[in-house]
Amino acid sequence: MELYNGSLDTKEIFGRWLDEQSHSNYGAYIPFVGTIRAEDGISALSFDIYEPVLQVWFDKWVEKAKERGAIVKMAHSIGDVEVHTSSYISAVFSPQRKVALSLINEFVEDFKANAPIWKYDVIDGERVYAQDRSTPMSGAGLLG
Amino acid sequence: MVKVEFLGPMGIEPIEIEVSNLKELSKILKENRDISSWLDKSAVAINDVMVNNLDTTLNSGDRVSILPPVCGG
Repeated sequence: MELYNGSLDTKEIFGRWLDEQSHSNYGAYIPFVGTIRAEDGISALSFDIYEPVLQVWFDKWVEKAKERGAIVKMAHSIGDVEVHTSSYISAVFSPQRKVALSLINEFVEDFKANAPIWKYDVIDGERVYAQDRSTPMSGAGLLG
Repeated sequence: MVKVEFLGPMGIEPIEIEVSNLKELSKILKENRDISSWLDKSAVAINDVMVNNLDTTLNSGDRVSILPPVCGG
């Protein structure tokens, strides 16, 4: 898991991940790139991350992937990320493509639902919590 | 003392309180108007491990994190 301040250098990261596994005999490498769209007058999105819980979440996925003979990778931005650049990328390596295709979907869906990351719209230099697009994590409401 | 921290957009400073389980903590936090509106949609971690049981015991030195709705990516 890799965290960066600002936009991700997607080509460098994907290229490096590919090089690292070049002799691991994986038949499939499926990358996912999340790019920030220009909409609703935003100039950027901004992110807060709670790294200790994110690391625990990610480590569980590393184990789940391992049980299926696969590897999961991810990188995410902290702070402001301008439109038309990337704040989140992930990838799966596996011996066969079917496992990788299925795993990238499950991994990204669970990431959206349970990774402890908070998103803000940046409008006229102000950070506004993206409440409407946010999802309560699993187990939410325990103290309510 | 148990330290309680409010993550992400909550914008509330951490507090330290004397409680022995999550049920007691819930009761106290519900009395604070700035905090109570977040509780029904927030998840809870103790010492960075997510928890699901209101009877979970709290010991002095424990750190409780309140995690509001998320949106990564």
